[in-house]
Amino acid sequence: MQKAYTNIIQIAGDVITVEAEGVGYLDIAQITTRRGVSLAQVIRIDSKKISLQVFAGTRGITTNDKVRFLGHPMRIATGENLLGRIFNGSGVPLDRGPLLTEGFIDIGAPSVNPVKRIVPNKIIRTGIPMIDVFNSLVESQKLPVFSIAGEPYNELLARIAIQAEVDIIIVGGMGLKHDDYLFFRETLNAHGALSRCVFFIHTASDPTVECLLVPDISLAVAEDFALKGKRVLVLLTDMTNFADSLKEIAITMEQVPSNRGYPGDLYSQLAARYEKAVDFEGAGSITILSATTMPGDDVTHPVPDNTGYITEGQFYLKGGVIEPFGSLSRLKQQVNGQTRPDHRTIMDTMIQLFASYRETLEKQSMGFQMSPWDEKLLKYGLLFEENMMSLKVNIPLEKALDLGWQILANCFTPEETGIKLSIIQKFWPKNQ
Amino acid sequence: MEKLRIGKVIKVNANMVTAQIDGQIIQNEVAYIVHGVERLKAEVIRVRQNQAEMQVYESTQGLKEGEVVEFSNELLSVELGPGLLGQIFDGLQNPLPALAKECGFFLKRGVYLEALPDEALWDFTPLVKEGDKVLAGSWLGFVPEKIFKHYIMAPFMLNGSLEVVSIASAGKYNLKQAVAQLRDGNGGLHNVFLQQIWPVKIPIGAYVEKLRPTEPLVTKMRLIDSLFPINRGGTYCIPGPFGAGKTVLQQLTSRHAEVDIVIIAACGERAGEVVETLKTFPELLDPRTQKPLMDRTVIICNTSSMPVAARESSVYTAVTIAEYYRQMGLNVLLLADSTSRWAQAMREMSGRLEEIPGEEAFPAYLESRIASFYERAGVVKLRAGVTGSVTIGGTVSPAGGNFEEPVTQATLKVVGAFHGLSRERSDARKYPAIDPLISWSKYAGFVNPEVKEKCHAILVRSNEIAQMMKVIGEEGTSLKDYIEYLKGEFFDFVYLQQNAFDIVDEATSKERQLYLLEFIGLMLDTKYNLADKAAALHFFQGLRQLMRTWNSMEYNSPEFKNSEAEIKMFLSAKEIKESK
Repeated sequence: MQKAYTNIIQIAGDVITVEAEGVGYLDIAQITTRRGVSLAQVIRIDSKKISLQVFAGTRGITTNDKVRFLGHPMRIATGENLLGRIFNGSGVPLDRGPLLTEGFIDIGAPSVNPVKRIVPNKIIRTGIPMIDVFNSLVESQKLPVFSIAGEPYNELLARIAIQAEVDIIIVGGMGLKHDDYLFFRETLNAHGALSRCVFFIHTASDPTVECLLVPDISLAVAEDFALKGKRVLVLLTDMTNFADSLKEIAITMEQVPSNRGYPGDLYSQLAARYEKAVDFEGAGSITILSATTMPGDDVTHPVPDNTGYITEGQFYLKGGVIEPFGSLSRLKQQVNGQTRPDHRTIMDTMIQLFASYRETLEKQSMGFQMSPWDEKLLKYGLLFEENMMSLKVNIPLEKALDLGWQILANCFTPEETGIKLSIIQKFWPKNQ
Repeated sequence: MEKLRIGKVIKVNANMVTAQIDGQIIQNEVAYIVHGVERLKAEVIRVRQNQAEMQVYESTQGLKEGEVVEFSNELLSVELGPGLLGQIFDGLQNPLPALAKECGFFLKRGVYLEALPDEALWDFTPLVKEGDKVLAGSWLGFVPEKIFKHYIMAPFMLNGSLEVVSIASAGKYNLKQAVAQLRDGNGGLHNVFLQQIWPVKIPIGAYVEKLRPTEPLVTKMRLIDSLFPINRGGTYCIPGPFGAGKTVLQQLTSRHAEVDIVIIAACGERAGEVVETLKTFPELLDPRTQKPLMDRTVIICNTSSMPVAARESSVYTAVTIAEYYRQMGLNVLLLADSTSRWAQAMREMSGRLEEIPGEEAFPAYLESRIASFYERAGVVKLRAGVTGSVTIGGTVSPAGGNFEEPVTQATLKVVGAFHGLSRERSDARKYPAIDPLISWSKYAGFVNPEVKEKCHAILVRSNEIAQMMKVIGEEGTSLKDYIEYLKGEFFDFVYLQQNAFDIVDEATSKERQLYLLEFIGLMLDTKYNLADKAAALHFFQGLRQLMRTWNSMEYNSPEFKNSEAEIKMFLSAKEIKESK
């Protein structure tokens, strides 16, 4: 099984083709070049012609370099030893620590049987009212942050990671800038969270193919922890880079592109990763938060579009705040019925009024006369933006709900809000 | 018995594997790739000389050139018989709860369990006697399954007049015991079991004739039933961008729709959503029968991370099971969520086959496949003289929310009703987010067409004024127009929108819809004494709140009556009495 082959018959992009026998699909091979040893993975078998994607890139590979097939798929070590460690996309340490040799598991395990999942029911509190009140984050949810390149999405991810009550945090960085990677490390360190973190980092200067492995490796490790009863939070940033790497390989393999050059299976590829988010019956859970940058702030771009169909909602980060429109947590109904009886009312009413406020702003900008109702909405909108939307606000959910009633009572009469009488009688602030 | 035909793997490209075989190959036959102890199911989708190109229903990781492929001689089929109700299957009819018992948390590949347990005993009652003449699909007897009479039928694949040679007497039988024997026109003898096998991609045609769908199917969604109704045996589609509420809509429909059986095909969507149905349905009671909803439900679930090829077959598995229950004279509703994922599965396969791509790389046969799927819906007259129906409702997930894309367009051509969801409505938290200005239905429903026309006119007028106000401003709008605008908004808010989290408001019966519609119609025709725009706004806001409270009260309960009286008081205070 350890036979080496030296007849590379084609090198195109990051894919090489070698003539070999008895090779399994998706198996891993080692290529020894003058630049060192790199791993590669089988991505197509055509009788004796085996195509492999080379993780370190094909630059400098000669046609008679040695290719040795290892006879197993990609593997990663697991367990407590990983905590506090930093690796690259193929699992090689970047922190001068020891190589890992124990507890290897295959990455890309089969999907979870739906009947073994449980209905998510635990809220993850973040102290951010736009999340806690309006789009509650739920354990085992998969949720991307949609934003354009300049927005503070990594800051948002880091902040949620620090405040969320989870056992283990796994950071998967794809095409990450080196300073972003340092930012994550320092922020988590400053809050004493580093010892429960594992990093898998692919930086922008690393070979493209290695980027493809980051989500799989991160999630395989997460799954192992979750099966051992841990609650794991996985941060993946930025999934658009992952999709672009898929595109690059697909084009190299001469696949028919479907939409803006992306392969036809983009949806399935993304889903295979995001669907790893799970709450196991009788064991731990995996929650996935990811960053998806939208080229040109275009939500209909194939990457955010396909992502939106897979994930359980999205946070739409725009102008440094979480936009109430476009943001959605599909699982919020699972938890916001048990927090406080007025949670849903506040959530719905405040958003509906905020929508009216936006309409009024539009009218105002066109120079129309403001009616008394418009004036009320303008006052409300400003209060909402300052006290609820700003990411500077850091208050627990209950405080945020009380604040919501105060803002409503400050601006409107009860009937103007359209809230059911029974709730008004119970919660409308009496001191007005 | 024919000799087992064996081939060898020569190519592996993701889930497409090519095998070389000497001798005959059947298009669409099932083959198994033998990989160590595992046997992976695959289907032949193209034949080129002595090469069979197959889509594999499992992960192909580790497959090698030269591995053995066994060809089965059979098309991809499902097992039909008592015991389907309440079950959860994957796209290949693997029972998932049994699989979980066998394999634990993960879906181990190459494990295929029997869809229906062979040894379970069913109480059989015969309906025919020896010497009777029957046809394929005729009822020979029945067994009780949940609350239904599950008819045992003459095998659908037989042709011509059949003579009953023997029929079992009443008693308990399992799926492997013959309950009847039939003789065909050529003297061939056929055993009949409680269960039969049918290839999923071929419609069951054992009925007298297909009829026009005329009976309304009540979904208890006011917007749908009153303005864009669906008929039993009809088809409809729900396209919408992500987050617009397609799945919530489907879930509530599956709970409240007035049909006998609901088949849910979760095709390439989130596992979490299926789990919700799975865990809540056994506890929710069907308001009509007071039995758990699960008793009338079959779930076919092939979520987005499960193998793509099985996703393609899952909608066929679902519609075949739907047709089977239709043959018993039942009304079946098939909810497919989402047909776009199914289309994408075809696209992935087409790409691997290196077919010439059509629009957005979808295969050229996309339209005909979608059309033939929806054509499997319908009301049919059965041999027993009664009718049965299959209604198909499919969601569509258009890329970028743009309805111009190929899947939406191909679907719109063949369905009878279109419920288009809009991002604007869902952003404004309007549920259901079906846009009444773009949706349509070709079915009549139970609401008088004139009333429907009037409702539509109110909405169109209100929207026109709203558009105009954006340009000329509120102050440039006349009071009369402003009131028209408020009426439309009011009608939308209190009638078209429902509160999906209110136990009463989430489902409105036909009677209540008609009552409410008449009440609101009268209300909107009356003239009110409203001095200026502020007064008008205040009036409608107050009314809106009262109506919303009314909507969440049990129909015809004392509170309901009180609330109604309160609204009437509120109205009469502002009403302009016509002086005669």
